[in-house]
Amino acid sequence: MTAKVKSELEKLGQKVLNDIEKKENPNIDIPIRALSNVVFDKKSGQLTLGNKTAKRYFFNVAHAKKFMQTMMVASFCKSLLDENIHASIRDMYYNLKRTLADSNENTFDEQSESDPIIVDLEVAIDVLREQLHLTTDRKGIVAGNVTIEDRGDRIDWSKLGSGGWSIPSTVDEVDFKKVDADFVLVVEKNAGFERLHEDKFWQKRKCILVGTGGQPSRGTRLLIQRLNDEYKLPVYVFTDSDSYGFYIYSVIKSGSISLAHVSDRIATPEAKFIGLTVSDIFDYDLKKATIKAKDVDIKRAKELLEYDWFKKPKWQKEINLLIEKGIKAEIEALSHRGLKFMSETYLPEKLKKGDFLD
Amino acid sequence: MAVKKTAEEFAKEQKEISVSEFFEKNKHLLGFDNPTKSLLMAVKEAVDNSLDACEEAGIVPDISVRIKNIKEDIFTVTVQDNGPGIVKEQIPRIFGKLLYGSKFHRLRQSRGQQGIGISSVTLYSQLTTGEPTRVWSKVESQKKTYYIELHLNTMKNEPDILKQEDIDKDMLDGHGVKVEMTLHGRHRKIVEDYLKQTSISNPFAKISYTAPDGTKMAFPRSLNDLPKPPKTMKPHPYGVEFGTLQRMLQKTSSRTLLSFMTNEFSSVGSQSAKEICKISKVPEDTKPAEMDRTMIEKIIRAMQAVKIQRPPLDCLSTIGSEELEKSLKKEYPNAEFVTAINRDPDVYRGFPFMIEIGIVYGFQDAAEKKNGKKKNDDDDDEKSNEAIDLIRFANRVPLMYQQSACGLTEAVKGVDWKRYNLDQKGSNLPSGPMKLVVHICSVWVPFMSESKEAVASYPEIIKETKLALQDAGRKLSSYLSGKHRAGEAKRRIQIFERYSKEVAESVGILTKKSEKEIEKKIKDMISSRVHTKEEFADGSEEKAVEKKEIKDEKKK
Repeated sequence: MTAKVKSELEKLGQKVLNDIEKKENPNIDIPIRALSNVVFDKKSGQLTLGNKTAKRYFFNVAHAKKFMQTMMVASFCKSLLDENIHASIRDMYYNLKRTLADSNENTFDEQSESDPIIVDLEVAIDVLREQLHLTTDRKGIVAGNVTIEDRGDRIDWSKLGSGGWSIPSTVDEVDFKKVDADFVLVVEKNAGFERLHEDKFWQKRKCILVGTGGQPSRGTRLLIQRLNDEYKLPVYVFTDSDSYGFYIYSVIKSGSISLAHVSDRIATPEAKFIGLTVSDIFDYDLKKATIKAKDVDIKRAKELLEYDWFKKPKWQKEINLLIEKGIKAEIEALSHRGLKFMSETYLPEKLKKGDFLD
Repeated sequence: MAVKKTAEEFAKEQKEISVSEFFEKNKHLLGFDNPTKSLLMAVKEAVDNSLDACEEAGIVPDISVRIKNIKEDIFTVTVQDNGPGIVKEQIPRIFGKLLYGSKFHRLRQSRGQQGIGISSVTLYSQLTTGEPTRVWSKVESQKKTYYIELHLNTMKNEPDILKQEDIDKDMLDGHGVKVEMTLHGRHRKIVEDYLKQTSISNPFAKISYTAPDGTKMAFPRSLNDLPKPPKTMKPHPYGVEFGTLQRMLQKTSSRTLLSFMTNEFSSVGSQSAKEICKISKVPEDTKPAEMDRTMIEKIIRAMQAVKIQRPPLDCLSTIGSEELEKSLKKEYPNAEFVTAINRDPDVYRGFPFMIEIGIVYGFQDAAEKKNGKKKNDDDDDEKSNEAIDLIRFANRVPLMYQQSACGLTEAVKGVDWKRYNLDQKGSNLPSGPMKLVVHICSVWVPFMSESKEAVASYPEIIKETKLALQDAGRKLSSYLSGKHRAGEAKRRIQIFERYSKEVAESVGILTKKSEKEIEKKIKDMISSRVHTKEEFADGSEEKAVEKKEIKDEKKK
């Protein structure tokens, strides 16, 4: 894999060098990453990039700096691969930040300038950031009867006490040694993860418990995807009953608009939504634990209705119900029925009934 | 209880105040407000006199100025010229009597006007240090140099000669004056500024300067010829005042009012003279000496009512637009743009005057860079926030103080500089890397005070100055808009050059090729692209292009 990524980087450099040799304006093709160029592929159930690309030229005042930055990031990653080391995207920012000769202009002023360049490079040469040896902060935790090998160390996800294993950004370099589970339960909130972890839910129900802590990181999504793909484990997503929770589910399942180019590598189209649905609020008598939906919630819900990947009868019904009732509920609302209601009643019932949204 | 005083007792206390005593108590009226200014005054008065003397004698001036710090705040100023020298008999009064001079009673453009200047320095020196003024004078016809030490007797307003002798000491060129004064002062850069500005407005003068710390500075001449000497002008009726007219009537040798007017005034022919008499109802054949108050007043009123030709203009001596431009280029050799213009002469209150403007834009003056602040290439076409430097001249004399009170400044502020591509906040001085020279020359420059630092705001002067500034502004504006276009291209080249090193380095790492060679190739491309004017056009955003092949390739 590394060899392929290296060669892609070298090809990019060679392309630019050829332009220079031919005295042509050096340029790079970069697929456009905007909603206008994001397509929902019904066949694969994923968001993918369309075929619109933009050329980034060196001899264009508006492009020149970004062109330089792209080449700098590419050569930085090449060096990482050559030396087989990793760097966080923040490390990279600091490493590449310098003042250009005879000026007071910096190569990069903020990390917010270098981060999108990484994504540009990903789409331009069709590799993943993780494959470029760039890492991000760990986000997301996991627990279950799984043993892995990570950089030579064996780690047993069932023996981590009150915590779980923090999911790194470079999940593709992790080797699974033993996976003993029937399904994966992804929980949007850390609080929900804590509840289920303490209740030994993963032990009792023989599952792998993943906490995303909000919008899942790329590492977390890749982990979910690998468990689904390599061990054929069903994936159930458990989020708040609101527009944001629903969208988190869709990101895990179909990919996100901003990272549409990596959907095929980190999305899990087989993922299903276990709850909390709006109907659950009524079915499980949680009405007293609901929150009034704000204007932004309603607005966002209306946007969801328009997304191709939510254009399924059950989903339309749920979202319309949210808009109609003007309420939302957090997963913690289940505690209204008792602290162990979630792990002992709600989830087992849902799993038993196979009551999922797809 | 108040003690009563009789009128007789009062009378004992009332006595004449000599002019010298008056100025002794009111030094500020002559410009000696503070030590810095006092030192400058000494230099300025001596240099102005030297320049006037040389010019009148038709000698190309060569002036040397030296300031020595005797102790703490005591300085000795020495100014030497190659002028015609001054005859023995005149020296004591020129240097030791206030209001004595050759320039007051005539209407001719000169630096000095009132005959106060140099003698006031003698007064100030003796007041602050007790030291006499020392003068060496060599007239070409005499073999020996005359040396004199003198004080000013403030009670009598007469010179007190302490020592005088003929000595064997030759002067530069065989003639000239050297004056030395020791006074209380403080040395600041303003002396240098004054000399530099003097050199700008007197391009034919060579000035050398030795500062108290021994630093030598030379202000060479940029012209080898003296300007055409200005002619003396007779008063013009529009500018005449009661006292002046009264004095003229007493002194005249004309026998009738009519001939008095045609002889003693400029631009008055018998036609206009007759008309003045007719309107004023004063008989044409009235004897001048017999005119009474009422008649004089009537005549003055009639003079203003009659249409009289403007005064002759050959009494003005301008720097000249070409000469000023040349002179500015000499002083600011690195300036981006230098221009100078002059207007046709105009008249205020019967006095002809003329405005000249010089502009130095984008100057680089090492000494004037503030705190070594590094000027960035990027800032080239950005406008600096600092106000421009305004350099004011009146009859070639730099006006160093009271800028804000000056009518010339008022005129500069009154121009809308934004129209000429300069920044300007409200009605302040415009800002930018610019020096603006405003020169007013006139047979009689209306100063606000005896220290001659600010020109009075006569509407005619303001109006004419504004028009002149606008003329110069148009020239500046056309330069700046051209510069803006050129600057744009330059800026683009700079951008590409700045980024090419990093690009070359990165491509070098990616391809394992020599970074130096890649950089050279990119730089060649920049220069060839500049010449063909290709690709520099705009900064459009990255444009979306449908590129199916790419997508197809991806799928494979």
